Amino acid sequence: MMEKTKQPKVPLTKAEKKIRAKAIFNRWKAWLYLLPALAILGLFTVWPIINTLRIAFSNGYQGMLEVNGETFTFGIENFKTAIEVSGFGNALGNTMLLTVITVPVSTMLALLIAVALNSIKPLRRLLQTIFFLPYVTNGIAIGMVFMAMFNMIAIGGKAQSLGIINGIITAFGGSPIDWVGPNSSKVANMAVLILYIVWNALPFKILVLLGGLQGVNKQYYDAARVDGASRWRIFWRITVPMLSPMIAYVVITGFIGGFKEYTSIVGIFGEEMGPYMHAHRLDTMVGLIYDSLNGNFEGEAAAASLILFLIIFAVTMINLYVSKKKVHY
Amino acid sequence: MKVVLEHLTKIFPSRNKKDKDAEVVAVNDFDLVIPDGKLIGLLGPSGCGKSTTLFMISGLQAPSSGKIYFGDDEVTKLAPENRGIGLVFQNYALYPHMTVQQNILFPLQNLKGPNRLSKEEMLKRANDVAKLVQIDEFMNRKPSELSGGQQQRVAIARALVKMPRVLLLDEPLSNLDARLRLQTREEIRRIQRDTQITTIFVTHDQEEAMSISDFIVVMKLGVIMQTGRPQWVYDDPANLFVAKFLGTPPINVFKGRVEGEKLYIGEEEVLGVPGADDREVYVGIRPEGFLLKKNGKLSCKVSGIDVMGRDVSVVSTNENSLNPVVRSIISSDEMGNISSDEARFDLKSHKVFLFDSETELRVYFGEQVAAHEKMVAEMKEAGQYYVHEGPLPREADDADRHKTAEAPKGFFAKVKSLFTKKPKKEKPAENADMGSENEAPAEGEVPAENAETPVEKSDTPAENAENHEGEAE
Repeated sequence: MMEKTKQPKVPLTKAEKKIRAKAIFNRWKAWLYLLPALAILGLFTVWPIINTLRIAFSNGYQGMLEVNGETFTFGIENFKTAIEVSGFGNALGNTMLLTVITVPVSTMLALLIAVALNSIKPLRRLLQTIFFLPYVTNGIAIGMVFMAMFNMIAIGGKAQSLGIINGIITAFGGSPIDWVGPNSSKVANMAVLILYIVWNALPFKILVLLGGLQGVNKQYYDAARVDGASRWRIFWRITVPMLSPMIAYVVITGFIGGFKEYTSIVGIFGEEMGPYMHAHRLDTMVGLIYDSLNGNFEGEAAAASLILFLIIFAVTMINLYVSKKKVHY
Repeated sequence: MKVVLEHLTKIFPSRNKKDKDAEVVAVNDFDLVIPDGKLIGLLGPSGCGKSTTLFMISGLQAPSSGKIYFGDDEVTKLAPENRGIGLVFQNYALYPHMTVQQNILFPLQNLKGPNRLSKEEMLKRANDVAKLVQIDEFMNRKPSELSGGQQQRVAIARALVKMPRVLLLDEPLSNLDARLRLQTREEIRRIQRDTQITTIFVTHDQEEAMSISDFIVVMKLGVIMQTGRPQWVYDDPANLFVAKFLGTPPINVFKGRVEGEKLYIGEEEVLGVPGADDREVYVGIRPEGFLLKKNGKLSCKVSGIDVMGRDVSVVSTNENSLNPVVRSIISSDEMGNISSDEARFDLKSHKVFLFDSETELRVYFGEQVAAHEKMVAEMKEAGQYYVHEGPLPREADDADRHKTAEAPKGFFAKVKSLFTKKPKKEKPAENADMGSENEAPAEGEVPAENAETPVEKSDTPAENAENHEGEAE
């Protein structure tokens, strides 16, 4: 190093030292400022990911065994057991079904509500508040309220106590349906669940889309009106393309959230992930992972989370690919 | 298509609907006949209601009262899409997610029923109109990939493609640079001539309006001041506002008086004004109305001379001038007649306009009377005679229009007002005559402060450097 520098070393003056120190500081200051954030990210995000990978690929990993000093061989056994576990197919199917139904439905509803809200002046604040309420209330608590609303307690085949939904059905002359009870069908359970998830997902989406709508220049609508476009055409040819970045954002985050669905089921059906006598009927991927962890099968849980991650990753990539073609920025 | 506006009025209600005083009368009793196939320029300072007039013709805004006719059809209550208009917005409002072609096709695709064209016809129409405005080579580009001038032409193409009865242009050139503006306004003129569509054009730029319009309509505070051929309005302004608004460099205005058919500016008798009564007047003199003479009648102090090639502009001051400087344009041949600090001018009587100092309305004298009558007759024949009569709307009225409550009402407003800065007290009266320059020092202060901050900043790294040094040692 020293030989390579051609100039003989001259002791630096104080001013030169200052300039040099300043240059060094300037070169590294960005990293210096980033350091606290990087440290926290490393500790709470990067390390857990690496650890999950390690655990997932340690055959038959269990936390307690590791504490006892046992070592594990590298392999994919955890993935095999995770997939072969009896509930896996059911959990994956439920997750997929819920996501595929709730994301498009809630996005479309949110879009319609946002457009409607944007076009009215009186009561707008009030309605906005009402639509936003689910966002600020506790999911578990609302789940229990939903359960109560769809309730039907029957003794000896005779309905004793009805929730408000069944009350309405009977008021119109229908016979009460067991939505969430021991005699309920999976279709009825799913219907309640989908209703709940859609309702719960609306506020955030409405908020984002409404924000987007308010950012659209009114002149596009004036121009379209002068050009004689019908409301329907204005919606599809102007509003939707103009909102496409927000719609893409809402759909992508919606899919990610959908694959991680868990709280809503616990809220309505309890930790057993299903109505009484039908435990795990409504299991989802996250529910499965949680059960594995509860049973001290950390290896399996880690493997299942990786599988879930890969699914989410793949779906998000597809989403991004589609939105690249359809979204106008 | 002839367009007729009858007593058109637009009042914007105040936010608090009961507060009648805060209403804004944007357009006031507007009467105008726009002949078929002509290009009309609506001209006025910003806030004079010209865009509102345009939007009422387009149907995007409903008039508070009055009627609009296209030909013999009344369209006042008709929705914009049923009026058969093409509208070009100030910032074009091209749909950013559509290509040029899709933008131009959009109005055609909206047509329904018997008017609906086949796909081939639509494409052919779009191509024809694209050729007309010379953008046919960019059909597959998005608006963001076009220059301002090209976007502008796409906007015109989109407005023209459905063959509108009336073409409306809202400040179409304001987003273009100077050179492009010149070019595009010629283009608009050419397209209008080619298509023979009645066109209404809104601008605040008098040069723009004068250069391409068949007729101009000068507006002030929602009221028509004068209409007519651009040259006529320039040569024969009906009031002080119109005279001041048209022309670059602007007209020179002096305080003066008429005594015994002679015009005095200060103590100098500058012009004979046969037929004018004795009174206080404003004297408007076009820059080209000065003749530099050794013993001219109006004396001014020379403060500078701008040579602009063929012409020379003498910048001077006169204590009776209402403008900060008197600008005269003379031919360079007369330059010999100037001494270093004083310029003496004679005036060309047809370039001197007198306005009553009370009403600001024109006072005709001498040959101007006959010339005026001749032009009035000509314009009446063309159906284009309109001159505002009666008192002019004043800026004071303008202040009334925007009357807002001074004292904050309600508890929260009061609390809020405690935290908002009170406006600085106005500077002492010494600068009062230079109203526009009052703001300049305030602006000057800000950069000065900014200039100080980097000095402080540069201290900090130096300190840091010292700290590092300390650590190193």
